[in-house]
Amino acid sequence: MDLTFTPAQEAFRAEVRAWLDAHVPRTPLPSMDTAEGFRRHCEWERTLHDGGWAMVSWPVEYGGRGCNLIEWLIFEEEYWAAEAPGRVNQNGIFLLGPTLMEFGTPEQKARYLPKMARGEEVWAQGWSEPNAGSDMAAIRTSARLDGDHYVLNGQKTWCSRAAFADWIFCLVRTDPTSERHKGLSFILMPLDTPGVRVRPIPQLDGETGFAEVFFDDARVPRANRLGEEHQGWKIAMATAGFERGLMLRSPARFQATARRLRRLWEARGAGADPALRDLVVRAWMDAEAYSLATYATASRLLAGGAIGAEASLGKIFWSEMDVRMHETALALLGSDAGLLPAAAPPEAAGWLDGFLFSLAGPIYAGTNEIQRNVIAERVLGLPRD
Amino acid sequence: MHFAFTEEQLRFRDSVRGVLERTCAPAAVRQVWDQEHAHDPGRWRALAELGLLGLLVPEGAGGLGLDEIAAILPLEETGRAALPEAVVDTALIAVPLLAAVTERALADPWLERIAAGESVVAVGFPPNPWVSHADVADLLLLADGDAIHAVPRAHVRLERLPHLDGAQRLFRVAWTPADRTRLAAGAQARRLRAAAIDRGTLGTAAQLLGVAARLIEEAVRYARQRQQFGRAIGSFQAVKHMLANAQVRLEFARPVVYRAAYAAAREAANRGRDASHAKIAAADAAAFAARTALQVHGAIGYTWEVDLHMWMKRAWALETAWGTSSWHRARVAAAVLQSESREEAS
Repeated sequence: MDLTFTPAQEAFRAEVRAWLDAHVPRTPLPSMDTAEGFRRHCEWERTLHDGGWAMVSWPVEYGGRGCNLIEWLIFEEEYWAAEAPGRVNQNGIFLLGPTLMEFGTPEQKARYLPKMARGEEVWAQGWSEPNAGSDMAAIRTSARLDGDHYVLNGQKTWCSRAAFADWIFCLVRTDPTSERHKGLSFILMPLDTPGVRVRPIPQLDGETGFAEVFFDDARVPRANRLGEEHQGWKIAMATAGFERGLMLRSPARFQATARRLRRLWEARGAGADPALRDLVVRAWMDAEAYSLATYATASRLLAGGAIGAEASLGKIFWSEMDVRMHETALALLGSDAGLLPAAAPPEAAGWLDGFLFSLAGPIYAGTNEIQRNVIAERVLGLPRD
Repeated sequence: MHFAFTEEQLRFRDSVRGVLERTCAPAAVRQVWDQEHAHDPGRWRALAELGLLGLLVPEGAGGLGLDEIAAILPLEETGRAALPEAVVDTALIAVPLLAAVTERALADPWLERIAAGESVVAVGFPPNPWVSHADVADLLLLADGDAIHAVPRAHVRLERLPHLDGAQRLFRVAWTPADRTRLAAGAQARRLRAAAIDRGTLGTAAQLLGVAARLIEEAVRYARQRQQFGRAIGSFQAVKHMLANAQVRLEFARPVVYRAAYAAAREAANRGRDASHAKIAAADAAAFAARTALQVHGAIGYTWEVDLHMWMKRAWALETAWGTSSWHRARVAAAVLQSESREEAS
């Protein structure tokens, strides 16, 4: 056990910090779920890429830097500490990217990863359907093979970023006689394909962060299938592991929130309910615990271990922590908590939006109830119901 | 940066677990409840033979010369087994304290006796109001103002304080400080006491992890076996989700405790804060696991006959040993809320 960083890691941190210091926009970008904000966030992705920071843990040939997981965590710590913009292509770089590296053909990797890293092609996720949410194996969207193409029919929903994205990765039924998680395939689809219609859905914050996507005889080349035909479930579960695990929600994000909460306590804590002090301290402790757990996971992965059902433990922990931290901030803001940015005091910046977004955490990437089932059955060994 | 235990450290944990399964089965713990002393000399010697008691004792004095990182997993096992003996006081607190004092002639023989499993040392420092295992201790380390005294048991008067956890032996200790018992004074004593409190906190946190893990294990075992409505109750989501929540708390307390062990071993500036954080997290995990395990067991868990209550009561007992969670929260708050400006400047 050695919890110090090597001189090389410290040098890497200094390099990241210096670059971010010189390049992070001085004023926050507009929301990525608006047309203007989406464009600005794509520009930022390009800036990151040109600096060599788009996805430090990817191989150099795909636009990465070939860093290991520890360096990735260091990068994330600096990224969030610098309050750099959110990653508009997170479905791509954090979810599809690692999945492509594991299951993609060399042609697919060469075709998709570099454009993903440059932010030229932004990805949406197409898994849920109106009748396949937590019960994802109930997917009905079909893909019928017709010559060299699949013909898609059906509907996906809650597709993050689909309102503005270029591509969508979908889980669809390629074997019409199959049931449940058998007979599904993982398909990569341009959203401007004829027969694809996107209907943006305003979210709790009023912006269109997700959308419904309709397929009406939409044709996609067979080469756009990721992995074996009918083996899509296995691939999607690997993607879900990245989603729940350390890729999508790196600890640095919550440590940054805990630091902001501490600053808010300094600004608004005098005369506040002393019980809130304990919650501010708890935010620090929880974020610290999540960071330590992630370093332990990264150490295990670097030593050749694999991440499995225990990713579900982390998903519950970070999503509940995130809600709690934002609730604490709103309690400190008191009557100012509900004011929209035009009327809110400067120290309220980001908390209301952050609170609304945090409420999605226990729902997306598999609801926390599904995660609890996974923990009970696959970590604790309780019987399936 | 490498946050993992070595193969050797994991093997040592496994050997400790094996010995405790043989010498400290639930029936043995239950027996302690009805005995006068919560100390079994045979079990104590078995732990010494493993090297657990002399783990922090320098090699020259018959110990293994290892550190808190090596000690943390074995201590977790002592919680898992609800070991009644004074392993934290003797092996984790008294040993480094005795090894650090300048009175070598006084301290060295004790280190050798501890490593050999021949002695028990009890520690009575604030924030602990009472002294655990004073009845079987050969030596008591006690505080008098700033000074630390090493007092043989023959020179103290004990009043036993019966406790909810029947395997605890807590005593109010009356004694008179004398020059010849003074081990350390002034700045050195203050430093040694601060380190002792941090180590007591850390060791208790490790035991709480073990208690929490055992409570969850017992509840899972019961939920797999108990049938209602024609099926195992562990197949119901209401039961699954309770146990999953308990597991989440445990799994996110573990790395906090392990980091605190690292901070103690490296004498890091944040070791006090980290020990307090560890104990808060572990006590929370254990208390939650206790509530969960009881609820999963239902009425049978509310009885004296089933072993479950011994771990529940140990969880509650350890929560108040070496500082309550409120006391530790104040320490973490002081460290965290004041460190802002320093961190930003760096």
